[in-house]
Amino acid sequence: MTAHSLAFGRILRFGLLSLGALIFLAPYIFMISTAGKAQSEIFSSSLSLIPEQWSFAENFTKALSRVSMPTLLMNGVIVCALIFIVQVVVAIPCAYAMAKLKFRAARSMMVLVMLGLLVPIHATALPLYVAFDRLSVLNSYTALVAPFSISVFAIFLFLQFFRAIPDDLIHAARLDGMSEPGIVARVIVPNAWPAITAFAIFSVVAHWNDLFWPLVVVSNQDFATPPLGLLYFRAAEAGDDYGALMAATLIITLPLVAAFLIAQKRFVEGITMTGLKG
Amino acid sequence: MASIAAEMPIASIGRREARIAWLLAAPAITLLFLFILLPTLAVVILGFTDFELGYGGFRFVGFENYAELISDRTFRRSLSNTAIYTAIVTPVSIVLALAIAMLIEAETRARAFFRTVYFLPVASLLVAMATVWQFLFHPTIGPINTFFAQFGITGPNWLGASGTVLYGLSIIGIWQSVGFNMVLFLAGLTAIPRELYAAAEVDGARSWFDRFRLVTWPMLGPTTLFVTTISIINSVKVFETVKTLTEGGPNKASEVLLFTIYQEGFVYLRVGYASAMTVVFLAILVVLMFLQYRVLDRKVHYA
Repeated sequence: MTAHSLAFGRILRFGLLSLGALIFLAPYIFMISTAGKAQSEIFSSSLSLIPEQWSFAENFTKALSRVSMPTLLMNGVIVCALIFIVQVVVAIPCAYAMAKLKFRAARSMMVLVMLGLLVPIHATALPLYVAFDRLSVLNSYTALVAPFSISVFAIFLFLQFFRAIPDDLIHAARLDGMSEPGIVARVIVPNAWPAITAFAIFSVVAHWNDLFWPLVVVSNQDFATPPLGLLYFRAAEAGDDYGALMAATLIITLPLVAAFLIAQKRFVEGITMTGLKG
Repeated sequence: MASIAAEMPIASIGRREARIAWLLAAPAITLLFLFILLPTLAVVILGFTDFELGYGGFRFVGFENYAELISDRTFRRSLSNTAIYTAIVTPVSIVLALAIAMLIEAETRARAFFRTVYFLPVASLLVAMATVWQFLFHPTIGPINTFFAQFGITGPNWLGASGTVLYGLSIIGIWQSVGFNMVLFLAGLTAIPRELYAAAEVDGARSWFDRFRLVTWPMLGPTTLFVTTISIINSVKVFETVKTLTEGGPNKASEVLLFTIYQEGFVYLRVGYASAMTVVFLAILVVLMFLQYRVLDRKVHYA
């Protein structure tokens, strides 16, 4: 192999990766560019990316006036935070009991967890919807959060992680007179931060993006999460005012993308960890 | 432990520990029954009834719903569309993800940048990005067809024609899932010991393709199997893009399983019938999982 062909290979590799990156970024580029164009310019269907007339202000005003963006984003934050907190508070003690205590039911629990991993929200949605309807809790944070209060995936992930925590650490805590809940809070949790962060990213990405369940249980804007809110916005715009539509899309996509760009190493590690364990 | 053991008989310690374990697990067990097991059981039972929301009573109708499913053209269309979508998205997103992961792994410059770019769609709100894709796919003002027009090609009406709508949705699906698969492959690639490549070279593996065939591909076995299963399951669960962009249209050309279930159950409120569809959906997931375990048992090479 000559130095010449080696250099050629490198250029080819870099070129391919760059071309792919450009294609993957194209939707974002057009989103930003179109959010700044006036309606007439969009319909002139030119490929130029820089707006002739800067219309960012008009489009963003429209996007903000039709649907209450702050409410949507706030709902997204509240729902995701509640889901994550409840999931962790429920799953960690259970995973600890299964991993570290003499627990005769641990085996059958493991079977239940594996079964639970198979059942997505789409499968349980109908009976849950009927039950929530009977209890008149549709259109509430309760309806949005309750079905996700139990994450068998969290139990599964934490279980793997807790097994690797040395028993001596727990014995030492017991000798110091710590109670079992105390051990969970002061020994297990501080040692499980990598798993908890990884799960946080997994959980927030999943529920921030989920459309199915909010669509089922929410029918008014007050409790709409970002994906559902965008659906309402599309309906109100009749889908043709692309400038405003792209501005709305930009506002709604930005929070999670910004979080990802800031903490991308954590994100990728988290997804890898939860992905491979799942 | 020793000091406590001296005060208490072993059996009672065991019992105390079991009681605490139960207490710690109790909330999880209760919620698991309430939100997973009971509803799953309920959906199976509802599948044998003619329950409709808004009507008081219901009666058991045996396999009537399932009989109706077999002759339901929408449902059959929906099954075949889901199968086609899965058959496109899964292989393409896996091959692309593996290729990108290997290119990034071999690259020395801007690795973090490329990883970020390809992963970005995973962290983006799918409903929002689907809206952007709808603009890109717009038959007259969309950038894709405008680009084609510069070469004198008239692009198709991507999401508006029954012949192309599934391909349009598949492109969005691929774009969205490549990053996730890529990250898993990257983790798999980093775990391959360097010595194996050196050893393969000593054994006469000269070309890039030999090294791939003899080392990379077999060593990635478990990762590939896992990525394949998760990709198939995610494709079978396609819903967001369909609901946002096409509502199953035009002419049911993009009816997919979850959208049909959603439509029957939550729009027409035919809960019994939609439950029977859900049971079919669950059965597909169970079969996929079962296949994964079988393959995992037999073929996959372990590092």
